Amino acid sequence: MDLLNIFKEIEKIDPEVYDRLDSRRNAMKQFTNISGKIALAAIPFALGSMFNKAYGQASSATVTGVLKYALTLEYLEEAFYVKGVATPGLIPTAAATAAITTIRNHETAHVNFLKSVLSSMGGAPASPTFDFTAGGTFPTVFSDYNMFLAIAQTFEDTGVRAYKGQAGNLSGNATVLTAALNIHSVEARHASHIRGMRRALGTLGATSALKPWITLNQSGIATTAVNPSYAGEELTTQAGVDISALGGNIGANSASEAFDEPLSMEQVLPIASLFIKS
Amino acid sequence: MHILKNPSQEEGKEVMPNLQRRNFLKYLGMGSALVTAATMAASCHKDDDNNNMGGNGVSLGTGDVAVLNYAYALEQLEAAFYTQVVLTPYAGISDTELDFFKDIRNHEIGHREFFKAALAANAIAGLEVNFSSIDFTKRDSVLATAKAFEDLGVSAYNGAGQYISSSATGLVYLGLAGKIVSVEARHAAYIRDLITPGSFADSDVIDANGLDKARAPIDVYNIAKTYIKTKIDTNTLPK
Repeated sequence: MDLLNIFKEIEKIDPEVYDRLDSRRNAMKQFTNISGKIALAAIPFALGSMFNKAYGQASSATVTGVLKYALTLEYLEEAFYVKGVATPGLIPTAAATAAITTIRNHETAHVNFLKSVLSSMGGAPASPTFDFTAGGTFPTVFSDYNMFLAIAQTFEDTGVRAYKGQAGNLSGNATVLTAALNIHSVEARHASHIRGMRRALGTLGATSALKPWITLNQSGIATTAVNPSYAGEELTTQAGVDISALGGNIGANSASEAFDEPLSMEQVLPIASLFIKS
Repeated sequence: MHILKNPSQEEGKEVMPNLQRRNFLKYLGMGSALVTAATMAASCHKDDDNNNMGGNGVSLGTGDVAVLNYAYALEQLEAAFYTQVVLTPYAGISDTELDFFKDIRNHEIGHREFFKAALAANAIAGLEVNFSSIDFTKRDSVLATAKAFEDLGVSAYNGAGQYISSSATGLVYLGLAGKIVSVEARHAAYIRDLITPGSFADSDVIDANGLDKARAPIDVYNIAKTYIKTKIDTNTLPK
């Protein structure tokens, strides 16, 4: 792929393209970074972000901010699963180890993907260091498998809500929005599977009734410490329409399960910061 | 039921009565100030002769309405499928499986009815489905179809987000599509695990960057049409 040629083509159509970006020098520098440093699959993502500054609706600062925020959450998840898989005796079966390893690999892929995109846009933040006991709130997180899965579920359900909360900020930037959506649904698949693992165990508040989806604002976890991750999930009315009482009359539980709710950055950061040491 | 016809045939012609316009806004739970005249002009053309089977099939409309009708069509398909699964459970179904299939049916009905209400007069008619290729008595057949529908639904929503406008109304739709797609992904993972434990996010759906699939509307339609008897005007798919 010859990126400079693409650039020349754009210049033919829009001679003012450099004015729309910061400067010609910065634009060329960004292109060099893009072509040199990042994975092929991330190129459209990076180009999309760059040209969104010139032509799009979401501001470049907004998009970069969302990506950095997403990277922070992915760092958190990745470090959690890396430590979990590396802790001898924590995960009891081969099947469970395989599943957690699959999830860990996805989080690593998300970290690398977001890092390479951000590198091309001025730099990716380094990973914070984490304390997964959250200052002693979850002291047995890496010795009690039930606790480990409960925290995993909370991270995945929170991750789903966090990505969902940023969709609006990426509207108008097709490439970045689509990539974010493609990560978002993977987190939801993880959440569904972890809930199944907990359902099979049937402990720590995970009764046989724990479902792959979120009923009302119930965490299915026997500690109120995780409640902020589930607050607001109990909604049964969407855009003014009462889902529980429509033609199918599906009731409040199903109506709340049928729609996952977003969390804003302001709601997620206090949750994440419980686990961030520095 | 008011049916949309290809809006290009009615360029610039405003035919939606004020009463329906108010209903449309009411259902969206939004004040009219949030919706620009341009959006309304693009979304409220309809035909008065109730002829939805013109040469090209059912029109989904244009702009955000087309995206919503596209989602409405998929939710109709899913709701019809799970309604049948629950009505005639496959041989050997477990209590938990049946309970969860009832939940999934309810979710899809909730999605379908939401879109119907949100679209109001712009909603396409009920689709006729064709499930002749599915053996509802066999677990394998039902689960394979459920997996196909859920993975398809996830990729359809992921691929359609970019076609929703950045208007105030569009942002509400985008938010709603986001609320729905993660529930479809939860379904997909559950059903995949029923077929093969641990296959909730296998490499046939998740790529090396850890990204799920996003399918273009025409690709979704070409997979879904096996199960839909009603012809849809592919020129009106979201774009």
